[in-house]
Amino acid sequence: MSRMADEYLLVMSDISKQFPGVCALDKVQLMVRKGKVHALMGENGAGKSTLMKCLLGMYVPDSGTIIFKGEKIKIPNPHDALSRGISMIHQELNPIPHMTIAENIFLGRETRTWYGLVDMKAMNKKTEKLLAQLGIRLSPTTKMVEVSIANTQLIEIAKAVSYDADLIVMDEPTSAITEAEVRVLFQTIRSLKEQGRSIIYITHKMDEVFEIADEVTVLRDGKYVSTDPVHTLTREILIQKMVGRELTDMFHKEQTAIGETVLEVRNFTGRKFRNISFQVRRGEIFGIAGLMGAGRTELLEAVFGVQRPDSGEVFIRGSKAEIGSPADAIRLGLALLTEDRKLTGLFMNAMVMDNMAIANMKKYLRGLLVDFRKICADSEKMRSLLQIKTPSLKQIIKYLSGGNQQKVLLSRWLLTEPSILILDEPTRGIDVGAKAEVHRLMAELTHQGKTIIMISSELPEILGMSDRIMVMHEGCKTGELARAEATQEKILQLATGTGLAAA
Amino acid sequence: MVRGTTKTTEADMTGRLSSRAFLNSLLRTYGIFFIFLGMCIIASLLSPAFLTKINLINIVRQISIIGLIALGGTGVIVAAGIDLSSGSVVGLTCVVAAAFAQLPSGPRVLYPSIAGSPVYLSIAAGCLVGMLAGAINGFLIAKTKIPPFIATLGMFSAARGAAMLFTAGRPVSNLSDAYNFIGQGDLFGLPIPILLLAVMALFTHILYSRTKFGKYIYAIGGNEQAAHISGINVTKYKFLIYVYAGFLSALGGIVVSSRIGSGQPGLGVGYEFDAITAAVIGGASLSAGGIGSIPGTIIGALIIGVLNNTLDLVNVSAYWQQIIKGVIIVGAVILDQQKHKAVI
Repeated sequence: MSRMADEYLLVMSDISKQFPGVCALDKVQLMVRKGKVHALMGENGAGKSTLMKCLLGMYVPDSGTIIFKGEKIKIPNPHDALSRGISMIHQELNPIPHMTIAENIFLGRETRTWYGLVDMKAMNKKTEKLLAQLGIRLSPTTKMVEVSIANTQLIEIAKAVSYDADLIVMDEPTSAITEAEVRVLFQTIRSLKEQGRSIIYITHKMDEVFEIADEVTVLRDGKYVSTDPVHTLTREILIQKMVGRELTDMFHKEQTAIGETVLEVRNFTGRKFRNISFQVRRGEIFGIAGLMGAGRTELLEAVFGVQRPDSGEVFIRGSKAEIGSPADAIRLGLALLTEDRKLTGLFMNAMVMDNMAIANMKKYLRGLLVDFRKICADSEKMRSLLQIKTPSLKQIIKYLSGGNQQKVLLSRWLLTEPSILILDEPTRGIDVGAKAEVHRLMAELTHQGKTIIMISSELPEILGMSDRIMVMHEGCKTGELARAEATQEKILQLATGTGLAAA
Repeated sequence: MVRGTTKTTEADMTGRLSSRAFLNSLLRTYGIFFIFLGMCIIASLLSPAFLTKINLINIVRQISIIGLIALGGTGVIVAAGIDLSSGSVVGLTCVVAAAFAQLPSGPRVLYPSIAGSPVYLSIAAGCLVGMLAGAINGFLIAKTKIPPFIATLGMFSAARGAAMLFTAGRPVSNLSDAYNFIGQGDLFGLPIPILLLAVMALFTHILYSRTKFGKYIYAIGGNEQAAHISGINVTKYKFLIYVYAGFLSALGGIVVSSRIGSGQPGLGVGYEFDAITAAVIGGASLSAGGIGSIPGTIIGALIIGVLNNTLDLVNVSAYWQQIIKGVIIVGAVILDQQKHKAVI
């Protein structure tokens, strides 16, 4: 044990974490050596973030042990993690914009003068040293609003370093910075290693893993797959490990007659996507794959009129469509099931039936008044069609489970009788049973001649349900695959931008 | 098929309502009504004068103005906004309406050219000015996307200033009998302010709960982004709810000035807070939009009325009354937040 403690800074073993209906982590282990960079890899939803949240005290694992510096510990909250010397750079940055760099770095642990006031001078001096160390050329008194996203990322790194942490978790630290800044970051990581600090490095980018990491642990579906020294691996083996699962027969894919082109997007360019064109045909499921942040959601929101694109055209059934708002899109027979149920979908404090009827209110008007009986009848129809479990249609929707909430949202859109449905992560965060039902419904809809565009970050779902698959990487279309030729490996290569030549 | 990153918070959701959630929803719907009944019982025990017809009518007449304003305020709060300007709009609309209703023969006629107009013209003018003030609020909030607090704070100051400017700070008195009848007359044995409140409450209740407009303001307040994606013209409906609130403030202004027989630019000070208090006691949520109802708000207004009346009857000083009102509004909001914690 003592030898192990010498060698390993962190040993997490048999970590399990359950959420209702979902087993997010199932006896996962992670062993990080002192002074090494340990990459943590896996698909979206493999359990990386959950594992790190357990380490950082944001979640308490249901079972398992964490041994840090040879001592078995429990981490009840993020503050405790920090005081033990574990810090994290989060993927989402949240600086306080109207404070200076120094104030942000020392937030919550400000240096004080002997008479108790905040010692700005000392903080600025320390910050200056810290920034110089990391090669960041910014003044400590610059306000965060004036700092670019890339530099904000570097400042987050400086902040993590400033905690004097022995273990620093970096969650996709290069997602927002340029190549030159990546060099600076890697330089920093190397000097941190020399100081004997360890780093857990979460990334999707193969190049980075092979350049900076010493060891790689792969997770898949909340389970531990393997830990290997990087030099024993190749890209292909690594992708295999991340994907390596057989397609279950839970996908109700039916052969449907695929007809003429019903929707065409030409040269769409916006803030998060560039020059994207695609065509979707009647009766098909068109899958859009990519990593989180690839711009898929933004692209389809632009198609639906939520945010207007900078340029580009949409054609529906051959004629040019002017979509300036979601109302226009709905009129043209489009529907958008959004990615985040709570944020952009549900009216949490409203009844189930109102949640279903809201996008279709015009249909329910009798004179000036809303005809509740009609809403009731339609909602009842959807409840039995989708087998929504709710004690009453008047139930406030927040009391329903995630899967049932999702079915209510699907009902909302089905009631508008759309011909083209855009489904953004239609089965995210719902249990396996509800998931299968949603898939069955999708098959049924295409059978009726409706068209579905589906964004999904789950490769098995993309592969199991789609007739054609478009893959995006950092706002660009990197490929389009027919159902027959698509494999998990090919998609992952296109999605990580590593397989451009191979495609 | 496991998604590690998604956290589902609904713990034991089987689609069935747990008994605690049921109790919660019962209290949410009827709790405020029970409190109101309890207060009435206590009041009648404390003072035999409470349960007399004259006293009860008096209570409702006293809350009629606040009640009218609160009807609009409820809609604004449901749409996740706030209207701080209603008291000032009362001041502005009442002097405008009064200027039209002034007897041309009396002393100190403010604007001889419009004085002596028929009563419907007074009402129309007052309402139009109120709706204009509301439209400015609505435009600022819906179109230029200024926070409702700021936009209506601006109107709070500007409308009061306009009222002072319009009358040079003086009251507009000697109003026509027809105009004064609105605030002082009876119909079917009931004071007109009470009838007006009843009619407007019924109308507004139907408007909020049974029309597309109503459904949309609940949706916008509940989740603006989701409302937008559901094809709702968020800008339009946000604008309209402030116009409607302005209209109801104008009715409040007409009632208050006709009741005292004089339009005064200083009338209505603090009414916005009484109206907000009524809505909040009645269940409208300042922290989460999309919640609130007209029956709740009416009960809320009645609670304030009964409270003031009871404290008067048992000779509690007006100063204490203010303190107690303050405690009650804060208490109502604390209760409201507890309710939210209990279910989320």
